[in-house]
Amino acid sequence: MPEAAVETVEKREPQTVRAAEKFEPNIVAFCCHYCAFAAADLAGVMRLQYPANTKIIRIPCTGKIDIIYLLRAFEKGADGVFVAGCLEGNCHFMKGNIVARKRVEYTKKLIKDVGIEPERLEMYNLSSAMGPRFAEIAREFTSKIKEIGPSPLRPKRAG
Amino acid sequence: MKAGSNLEQVLEKGLFAVTAELGPKQGVDAADIRHKAGLLKDYCDAMNITDNQTAVVRMSSIGAAIIVRQMGLDPVIQIVCRDRNRLAIQADVLGAAAHDVMNVLALTGDHQTMGNHPQAKNVHDIDSLQLLQCLKGLREGRFMNGDPLKTAPPKLFIGAAANPFGGPLEYRVSRLAKKINAGADFIQTQPVFDMDIFKRYMEDARERGLHEKTHILAGIIPMKSAAMAKYMRDNVAGVILPDDKVNRMANSIKGIEDKEEKKKRQAEEGVKIACEEIEQVREIKGVHGIHIMAVAWEEIVPKVVSKANLKERPKRLPDN
Amino acid sequence: MIVGERKPVGEIWGMIKGFRKVLVFGCNTCVAVCFAGGEKEVGILASQIRMKAKQENVDMLVIEGAIERQCEHEFIAAAKDQIESADCVLSIACGAGIQFTGEDFPHKIILPGLNTTGINVVEQNGVFAERCQSCGDCVLHLTGGVCPISRCSKSILNGPCGGSHDGKCEVNPEIPCGWQLIYDRLKLQGRLEILDEVIPAKDWRPSRDGGPRKIIREDLQE
Repeated sequence: MPEAAVETVEKREPQTVRAAEKFEPNIVAFCCHYCAFAAADLAGVMRLQYPANTKIIRIPCTGKIDIIYLLRAFEKGADGVFVAGCLEGNCHFMKGNIVARKRVEYTKKLIKDVGIEPERLEMYNLSSAMGPRFAEIAREFTSKIKEIGPSPLRPKRAG
Repeated sequence: MKAGSNLEQVLEKGLFAVTAELGPKQGVDAADIRHKAGLLKDYCDAMNITDNQTAVVRMSSIGAAIIVRQMGLDPVIQIVCRDRNRLAIQADVLGAAAHDVMNVLALTGDHQTMGNHPQAKNVHDIDSLQLLQCLKGLREGRFMNGDPLKTAPPKLFIGAAANPFGGPLEYRVSRLAKKINAGADFIQTQPVFDMDIFKRYMEDARERGLHEKTHILAGIIPMKSAAMAKYMRDNVAGVILPDDKVNRMANSIKGIEDKEEKKKRQAEEGVKIACEEIEQVREIKGVHGIHIMAVAWEEIVPKVVSKANLKERPKRLPDN
Repeated sequence: MIVGERKPVGEIWGMIKGFRKVLVFGCNTCVAVCFAGGEKEVGILASQIRMKAKQENVDMLVIEGAIERQCEHEFIAAAKDQIESADCVLSIACGAGIQFTGEDFPHKIILPGLNTTGINVVEQNGVFAERCQSCGDCVLHLTGGVCPISRCSKSILNGPCGGSHDGKCEVNPEIPCGWQLIYDRLKLQGRLEILDEVIPAKDWRPSRDGGPRKIIREDLQE
């Protein structure tokens, strides 16, 4: 389990929530090496802007995702988590992205059961050539999480 | 004569028998039982009292049957295996027999999850076949465990249900044969709406000589409304109701607005269809009678029986 | 194998919320095979409980543990320290395992996190279906290898009942009629005549109806 990257999220300064606009979400993105991570790389090379909130964790394939990784990300302070893998039918490991989607759907139910909005967890599919799409996903997801607000697991602060 | 009940006497004489169904209320109302029995008494040779039908709790079959017997009439108690174990069943039969109740129908019972106490535990200690064997044994003076009864045995005329329309269709006559071998003196079938299937079933039964080993009574349900027809076709397991009959019920109120008139017309069509069915089953060799199940509509039985020209019931003989 | 399903988190929370240190305790045999109570599921449940506790502002320490089987003393003993250190043990083994852990540590509060549902097979990935009711007197030789006790909703021995329709049970169209299955199997094997005989009333004593059961093998005892 890629603990190191997730711990970085935890050690970040706790955000004071003074107003909704000031809220900067912690986003964790599990990206598969062959497609999503390559696309993220490409976005960087193309100098495309996407929010710095997005902490990328590179995994060999989204099929490597165990439900506990997603839960731990929330436990350790993520406001939003997304999983990005290859386009369906084009997974480098055949069906990794298919099982990943099933696990993501299941985990949405698990977090809903404990009061965390299921929209905080999503899965996306893209190819390695889709640098702009990666940036778009990161932007859209971050703004969605900004709208939903900080995770219910964040320490409560006086308004 | 196995028991000498009125039903048995009618059947043994080779007369076309008519039985009807009486549904007790969900409560204690002896007057209601007497009232319903009064409606039915001149139009049937025996009347079945249902036993927690559709797994909804009502006054017990035996309790109501005793009231009917005390009126000098011939009840048929129904026993479902769903609700009682072999101890309770044997005790209940002996209790009923002590009140001169003689006709017993052995049933499996609709699953309790379909009724109003779905949380209940399934009993099904024995099944309907084993129940038939049990009843036969009691009549011969034996408990299920083989021990002899300590008194004269009960007089029992044993019945079973048959469903020519349940799955697998091709096995249904074999199942009938099994029930006859286990002790069924008479059979009441599930409602016969699909005449083709029933004719084939009876043909098969005759081929095996079953019509001579038992008395088969064809089930008839008069339909009260188009909604009831649709419900039975779509939701009641083991009932096959051809679309043309459902359509006839629906068409009977085409263009009619008045609520009372609608009710009247649907009822009339339902009675009409039932009488057609009765006429058709009377033509089938091996059918020795009909069993009218006017669910929650006992008052329609006299009309159906009269219209079907079966009003002249054999005079009830004095009790043996 | 024995299967079960995790109790809803809400129900579990109701049981454990008063405790300071909770051990979520799994079993890596049957309930791991059906992804309900193994080590992975311990991790998932523990995580969910932490998330719940945080939101409820409850100060709770959730520790995780799992052993090979909770139905054998030796395995349970290995987890002694963890069990002793906890204020309560939330076991997600099957009912037998949950109880047995409690028998070895009778002064500890052991709570059930799993609803045990039966002896099942894996029909396909993710689909666990009941096949045996442990009636103690197997009749599979009389019914072509399909069990009437567990696969017929009414457990009848001479079926089908009148509610069988299109091969489905009257209780629920998702349930195949057990007796249709028996009929089809015997027909396939050309042995339908087996059904001509009435199977007599069952002796329910070898089943749970006769009282809790125990098998003693003297040759295996110490």
